[in-house]
Amino acid sequence: MTAGQLPRWVDLGLIPFLNLAAAFLVSGLVVLLIGENPLNAVYYLLLGSVGSVEGFGYTLFYATNFIFTGLAVAVAFHAGLFNIGGEGQAYIGGLGVAFACLALDQYVPWYVTLPFAVVGSAIMGAAWALIPGWLQAARGSHVVITTIMFNFIAAALMGYLLNSVMKKPGSMQLETRTFEDGGRLPFLNDIFPSAGFGFAPVNLSLFIALIACGLVWLLIWRTKLGFEIRSFGANATAAVYAGISPVRITVITMLISGGLAGMMAINEIMGSQHRLLTDFVTGYGFVGIAVALMGRAHPVGIILAAILFGMLYQGGAELSFEMPSITRDMIIVIQGLVILFAGALEYMFRPALIRMFAPSRPVSA
Amino acid sequence: MFEMYFQELILTLDSTLRLATPLLLACLAGLYSERSGIVDIGLEGKMLGAAFGAGAVAYVTGNAFLGLAGGIVVSVGLALLHGFASITNRGNQIVSGVAINFLAAGLTVLLGQYWFSQGGRTPSLPQGGRFLDITFPFAEEIRDIPYLGPVYSDLLSGHNLLVYVAFLAVPLTWWVLYRTRFGLHLRAVGENPAAVDTAGISVTWLRYRAVIACGFFCGLAGSALSIALASGFIKDMTAGKGFIALAALIFAKWKPVNAMLACLLFGFLDAFALRQQGKELPLIGEVPSQFFQALPYILTVILLAGFIGKAIPPKAAGVPYLKERT
Repeated sequence: MTAGQLPRWVDLGLIPFLNLAAAFLVSGLVVLLIGENPLNAVYYLLLGSVGSVEGFGYTLFYATNFIFTGLAVAVAFHAGLFNIGGEGQAYIGGLGVAFACLALDQYVPWYVTLPFAVVGSAIMGAAWALIPGWLQAARGSHVVITTIMFNFIAAALMGYLLNSVMKKPGSMQLETRTFEDGGRLPFLNDIFPSAGFGFAPVNLSLFIALIACGLVWLLIWRTKLGFEIRSFGANATAAVYAGISPVRITVITMLISGGLAGMMAINEIMGSQHRLLTDFVTGYGFVGIAVALMGRAHPVGIILAAILFGMLYQGGAELSFEMPSITRDMIIVIQGLVILFAGALEYMFRPALIRMFAPSRPVSA
Repeated sequence: MFEMYFQELILTLDSTLRLATPLLLACLAGLYSERSGIVDIGLEGKMLGAAFGAGAVAYVTGNAFLGLAGGIVVSVGLALLHGFASITNRGNQIVSGVAINFLAAGLTVLLGQYWFSQGGRTPSLPQGGRFLDITFPFAEEIRDIPYLGPVYSDLLSGHNLLVYVAFLAVPLTWWVLYRTRFGLHLRAVGENPAAVDTAGISVTWLRYRAVIACGFFCGLAGSALSIALASGFIKDMTAGKGFIALAALIFAKWKPVNAMLACLLFGFLDAFALRQQGKELPLIGEVPSQFFQALPYILTVILLAGFIGKAIPPKAAGVPYLKERT
């Protein structure tokens, strides 16, 4: 299973493609099982997600969420850490966005609020990753377990805050008041009125996500800290001998990872919902794992994988409208299959491919 | 006054036993898997799948035992998938667990809607499709004896079969783990698979058996939810119970008797929160219900931090076993 047994294009291109193909093949079988035509399903899925500019706008909106949570998982991957707490970090990140927007929206325009919202979301997300990161580094408590626990603690905390502290007076819903214009990011439809994005909620956060991709690339491959992160992830023992502090790297990496996950809330809360509400994360944090796996923890790969998952989300909505027996839950199934084949069964096709591509050796023995 | 508190205590403990049952079964399931070195965060998904399988089969056949079998089949199937990914393919066990949780969450509702058209629910169970409460002999006659009567008649008697199965599974698991050859191998393979391999025992087969045992108990846990404690499956029925079971497993330091105590504690917190909702506690005032929801997780994190004893997982947990370099 070592690297270098296969040509690069097989490793980076063919294997992900085969894994994805397997996931979609099984998804097709599930569609067949419930008595629908898989090809029709694919047609509606594509039609809904990329068949119109407005549909594509929705796709990009979802993709923005996935870029943030995917980057969060990827940065941690590079340090050999598995941050499964993106869900909770994004949820708490929403608190940072909401604080900024609720405090400023009535007094200043959105571009003054935005930096506070970005910093707020990142700080809150990072803060939620701090304790798991520190516990992993200093006390050896496994970060996977602690981040799972923190997801649930976040859900309880947010439930409490939205139920009794931040709730809009007189409302039955668990949500804050709606932000004024100073707490709303412009939609792409407002920036490019002629492009035809219509009602699609894709907004300025998309560009923030792309900037974040660039910064993560710079961080991981072009800075000393990034080198330390990768060294620590590749071989922690060697990194420690090289003078890299494991506590420092683990905590810093988790802070960056949590901050990126927290920034997902900018897109949802300031970009689209314009109020803080319960359960706005609904799985984006977990799907970030799939995005990072498929994108091979590289920002370019993550953008592509995020768009793919965005297409699934948006196309799935269209699909359940056209073919009512395929409910939106089909999307969860497809995501599960992609995570399974691209992640857990990553190596399934490798032995066969190694046999196929191995340089032919003279027959010995 | 004291009588009233005693009555309240009995009622709270009674509901503690019910609420702890699915946790305990799932926790023991995780124990088999993790002691063999296979980390399982897919307990939630397996429970959910089993709850659906049990609810669907019990509705169609009208037989609770067939329903239970259906739940176990679904759960063991998912467990084998986890085994295939993490034992045979040496994939990442966390990722596989996440995938199973997604698959279960999606497929249960998708298939439920397709088969029963009730928004992902299974229809309410017919007569015989549900495990009914078992009344112990003489429960009615001795209820009036002070203290002993209520303990016997209200607390111990009057639960469904799976509650008793769950608590009997604790000594059983202890016996299997510490008094059988299989248990010795199981514990060894979770600590040092290479040593087990050297002794001529198949690591793969041993871990597969552990994963199947995990599926079996998760099947019981899920069935307890849908055909014993409730009458039918509803969407996202587990609502994080699989993860609480995982927390309990860590809290119990991967030991069976501790697992029971941890699940009783978490079940008690749940029962206490339900009964105290909206009431004021002496000295503290009203405690938000979310605090009780979060408490099991907070306690587990504190334990993991090593402030109240140390939870050390099986040494080889999460590490795929590679017999030889390929």
